[in-house]
Parts: sequence; structure tokens; C-alpha cells
Amino acid sequence: MRVGLFVPCYVDAFHPEVGQATLELLERFGCEVEYPFDQTCCGQPMTNTGCHKESKATEELFVRNFKDYDYIVAPSGSCVNHIRNNFDAVAQTDDVKHVREHTYELVEFLHDVLKVDGFPWAEFPHKVALHNNCNALRGLNIASMTELREKTFSKPRDLLGMVKGLELVDITRPDECCGFGGTFSVFEEATSARMGQDKARDQAKSGAEYVTSSDSSCMMHQEGCAKRLGLPTKYIHISQILNGERV
Amino acid sequence: MSIENQTAPTTPAGRTNDGAPANLTHGAGASVTMPARGPEPQPRGAIIRGNHPIDQQEAARRFMAAPQHLAMHDQRLWDLRKKRDGQKEIIEEWEDLRQLASDIKTHTLTHLDTYLEQFEKNAIANGVKVHWAKDAAEHNSIVAEILRSKNAKSLIKSKSMLTEECGFREAMAHEGVTVVETDLGERIQQLDNENPSHVVVPAVHKLRTDVAEVFAKTLGSDPNNSDVSYLTEQQREHTRPLILKADAGMTGCNFAVAETGSVVVCTNEGNADLSANTTGLHIVSMGIEKIIPNLNSLAVFVRMLSRSALGSPITQYTSHFRGPRRGAEMHIVIVDNGRTDRLGLEKFWTSLKCIRCGACMNTCPVFRRSGGLSYGATYAGPIGLIIDPTFNRHKYSTLPFSSTMNGSCTNVCPVKINIHEQIADWRQVLAENHEIPAFKKSMMKAAGALLASPKLYRASLPMADSALRHLPRFVLYNKLNTWTRGREMPHVPKETFHQWYKRTRGVDGKKK
Repeated sequence: MRVGLFVPCYVDAFHPEVGQATLELLERFGCEVEYPFDQTCCGQPMTNTGCHKESKATEELFVRNFKDYDYIVAPSGSCVNHIRNNFDAVAQTDDVKHVREHTYELVEFLHDVLKVDGFPWAEFPHKVALHNNCNALRGLNIASMTELREKTFSKPRDLLGMVKGLELVDITRPDECCGFGGTFSVFEEATSARMGQDKARDQAKSGAEYVTSSDSSCMMHQEGCAKRLGLPTKYIHISQILNGERV
Repeated sequence: MSIENQTAPTTPAGRTNDGAPANLTHGAGASVTMPARGPEPQPRGAIIRGNHPIDQQEAARRFMAAPQHLAMHDQRLWDLRKKRDGQKEIIEEWEDLRQLASDIKTHTLTHLDTYLEQFEKNAIANGVKVHWAKDAAEHNSIVAEILRSKNAKSLIKSKSMLTEECGFREAMAHEGVTVVETDLGERIQQLDNENPSHVVVPAVHKLRTDVAEVFAKTLGSDPNNSDVSYLTEQQREHTRPLILKADAGMTGCNFAVAETGSVVVCTNEGNADLSANTTGLHIVSMGIEKIIPNLNSLAVFVRMLSRSALGSPITQYTSHFRGPRRGAEMHIVIVDNGRTDRLGLEKFWTSLKCIRCGACMNTCPVFRRSGGLSYGATYAGPIGLIIDPTFNRHKYSTLPFSSTMNGSCTNVCPVKINIHEQIADWRQVLAENHEIPAFKKSMMKAAGALLASPKLYRASLPMADSALRHLPRFVLYNKLNTWTRGREMPHVPKETFHQWYKRTRGVDGKKK
């Protein structure tokens, strides 16, 4: 199985360890992983701001980079949601359709495609609060949503449940947006920061030592807010826990 | 009357939008001790500067700078959302009901002409006088003419978002007609000369101390007494005589049933009945999208409205107005005011399905932290973001950006409007029609060019080895570097993933 690894721009720049853990984890499960060198971004920042035309060339580049892989995997629900559900600045050729249908967020790839049944190398003896990125939750449906009357499920919880010693704790508003929101975080800075601070307080109150998520973008924002408030909570991407990182 | 949760600081907020459900906080144990230095002043809404785009963020910032208001508002509305979640769990067929409600609205909106004509015919047969208004001005002048013909100088009315749309109270003031709002929350807002901040709980942004201040100024009550029962009683004593001697009454309309020609108004205070039946003249203000085919479909909406709005199974009153009482007159003014145009918008017409329950506002994390008045428009919150630009694309061009597009609004919507997707679609329409700020547009152009070129993109990274290496750096690298106002910058690692991969695995990807 040839897997193209997509490392979103902010992961590349701020959290290279997340890219590394994702790569190693996929390799542990026998995937033949390649990292196309010419990758940049999925186009989401422009599209989110309403500037679809401005994201066309970026989307085209993305397709050129990834069209030959069986699967494309990224440690980010937000980017994957863009590719799967909003990737419409570019003409919908067969290559584009292939890319859109075969791009997976890491958790759902492990859960639904590889159907993994354990992480024997992983141990994380800590109290952990889970944060589901809104796009991963409501766009990719990686877990059931509190607003809907539906059967409860959670793919990230299923995976974290296989990690020795890890104890999940609940926060009071589990599905509440943390306020990152892509360009919202800078254009509507005050509301964004306030939402992030509220989220960080909720997480700290739960007794969690760590917060984990399949999205670094939300956590980058939450961590910045937690630090500003002087809260001790630490943030770690789910790929690192599943890859057996010891802290 | 039921008493709502006693823990959260509550505020006397009224009910119904167009008669939608109200909250029942009167008398609730809202005894939060105020600090000795006096109550926190109420943050006011967006500053309106003619046709200039609304600066929602500026008003939101002021709201968030008032900690008591912010905490109360956020918790109060979150409690409503939680109660709504509880109700949804009780109804096994909840998701089917949402689909059914949405389908009924689709059907009705695609046969709008037929149902409106059927409604008119049946209403006339019931003895109602039916009027058609193409816009706000026509609505106001029709009502003024009806009032003139009866020499009516005072009007009592229940809450109606449509009349807010029409600037009705102001128009009546010009006509020399005294209007008295009978919904408590709306009455508070009227006395404070402020718009409703929420379609169901119009004064939810106010603390009881704010209400005490308003009543002290306007009704002469004790400014230092913010006891909820006291305040409610003061208002009641003052308003009841005005109601009893009014010349005419007005209500909104939650649902207009085509098969019966009747108008249905849902309230918790019973004030629609008061407004309709106290005088010999009942005028109904009704938007064309309020039409539904029959009583069977009404049953679907009645099951969803109050559950979605307030997490209560049903409103205290569901009043059916079928025709004039003996010796009285009943008029229905059917208003378009931009709705037909909206119906023609391919991506946005489903916003007409809205039943004004306010669930999207209650769940919206931005709304809860900004207050409804920060939007500077008749409709606030998620539904407002997709309706307001249809009234004035320039003035409300900024509103669709006041959202993280997290999608919770779409999930709670009882008629399944894809609100967050329409917010995204509006952003596109606005960007393509030059209704976003030039700096934003040029920033996005630059970002698009940079991200489409691996060479340029990579070249832009190494020089960013300092604290300036932000990503989305192309977004932050400008005069609006706002990230650090409320947050710390992320730690900048020694090398990017790209550099690490190249160093450890080489360009061919083979492990070194």
C-alpha cells in the first residue's frame, strides 16, 4: 500500500515531531510511506476566507503531488476536511476525485482502513483529555456529536483505549469549538483567544495532565492560551501517543 | 410557571420571537451578590455608522471586557443548549422529525404561491382582512392606515422579529402611535431603547442590575433593588393599565396554516393572547415564509420549536387565531421584505426555513461570548450571518467572518439549515464581489501565490528562523499580528519536518 504523507504547513513549521510520529506509526503498520517534497498546503486558508480563486493553484499543486498514491494521510482533520469536502476551486478531474476520496485523517485511517487492533509499543500512564477538532468531528465524523441523537462512538477514543496506562478524563463542554478557526484566529483575535482560554480552563479543571487531539492547529492555539493563563496542562498530538512516545 | 435552573445567574428575559417560546426566569433565584463598588455597567452593542460595515469584533471585545455579563450570558445560553440536548434524548424520532420539518419547509417554499393563495382564501372566508406588503415601508404604512381608520392611538403588541426588521416602533412613533411591547424581555429592550439581542430571549445579555437601572429611569422603581420578583412586579403594575386601555393589538406569527387560514403564535407569557384579545382590533404581522400546509405539519413544528429554543417540551401557550371575535376586526399583513429575492438565491434560499428558535445562537460559541447586539443587525448569531447580508450586502459584509464555522449551529437546527456551509458560501460571494477588505484580499492573493510554488514557499521559511516564523505566517506577517494579544507564540523548533526528512532520509526517502 503506497501512502503519500501530507504534512500540513503549521505541522511542518511548528510541530515536526508530529510529522515524524505519523510517518513512523504508518511504517510500523507496514505502509510504504513517501513524503512528496514539493508539497506546501491544501488551500484551506484562502478558501476559508472566501478566496476560492486564490486557492486554485495551491489545490492543483496538491493534486500533482499526491495523485499517484493509493492513500494520502495527514495528521490533521481540518486539512483533510478541506480536501474531502471543500476542495472545489480546482476542476473536478479523475485525479482530483481520486485524491479527494483517498485522503484520510490519521485516526480514521488507522481505525477504518488499517483497522488496527493494538499499539503494543505504546504506554502513556497519564490523565488525558481528548479534543476533537470541529472539522474532524462534524466534517469527517470521527466521533458522535453531542448535538445529534445518535449512537455514541469515538474513533480516537477507540485508539487511545488501546494504549497501556492511559486514562481519559472528560471536560464539561467536549464538543465546544476552541476558537482557532483558521484565519479566524487572527482576524477575530479577541473572540478566538477568549474561546481558547475558556477551553484551556475547562481542560485544566478536568484534572488532565495532557490534552491530545488529531489536530495540531487547535492545540497550538489552546497551548498558547493555556500558557498565557499560566496553566500547567501539556499538549501532545495523538500520533505521538500512539507511536509510543514517552514523556 | 416553571422555575428554571437556580444556579446560573439569570436575567428577566422574555419570550418569543414572532411569538416563539420565552424563558421563564421571573422569580428564579437569581441572587448573585454584586460587588460592593456597584454593578458592572452593561456593554452596549455594535456602533452603527451609516452604511459602513459593522465591526462585530470591536463590540465583542467590549462585551468580553465585562466579566459578569460575559459569564452570565455564556452560561445562561449554554444551559439552554444543554436542556435542548436533554429534550432531544427523550424523543426517539428526533432526527427523523428534523428531516420531516426540513422536508415540509422545502415543499412549502417550493409551492409558496399556491399555499399563500390558499391561506388568503381561507383567512378571508374566516372574516379576516388580508393585506400584502412588498417591503418594510409598505408594511408600516398599511398598519398605520388600519390604525388611522379606527382612530387608534395606542397599540399593544407581542414580540415579532418581522416588526424589528421593519423598524416598526420607530415608524409608529412618527405616526403618533404609542406602542407597548407586552413580552417582558422585549418590553425591557423597548424601555432601554435597544434592539432585542436574541430572537427568543431578547434581554438575555442584561444582568438584573441592568434591568433595575432601566426600570429606575423609565418606571421610577428603586435603582438599588434588583430582585427579580420586584422588578417583574414593577413592570407589570406599570404596563397593565396601558394594556387595558390600548386601542389596538398586534401579534407576530409563528406559523400560518394554509388549510385553515389560521395564525399560530407560541408564547410562554400568554401575551400574544393579551395583545390579540384585549382590544377590538387584532393586526397580525406575518412573513411569507411562515406558511405551512396544514395542522398535521404544524404538529411537527410545535414538537420541535420550544425543545430547540429553550429545552422545554412546549410553550405555555400555543394560540390559534382563526378569525375576528364577534364585533372585532382581524387583519393579517403578509410581508415579503426581501424574502422572494432570497428564495431565488441558489445557495441561500433554505435560510427561509428558519422558525426562529434561536438554537443556533445558544450553541454558538462566538455568540455566547459577544452578545447579540455586537452583530449590529436585526438577526444575530449564525442565522443572522446568513440572512443579514441579503438585506444589505455591504453593511453586513463582515458578519459571515464572525464565525469559526465549527458546524454546531447546523447540528442543532430543527429544520436542518446547513448554516455553517452557507456562512462559507457567503464568504465566497462577498470576496468575489469585493466586499472584503482590500488588505485581506491581497493577503490571500499573496498566500495563494506563495503556496502554489514549492520553491517560493520553501524559500520563505528559512528566513523565518526567529520568532517571526509564524505559520500561517503569510497571514500573520502583516500589521495585524494579533496572535500574541491573548496567547503565547508556539515554540519554534530547530528544523522543519521537511528539513528533518531531507537530513535523515534524503530526497529519495530512504532511511540513512
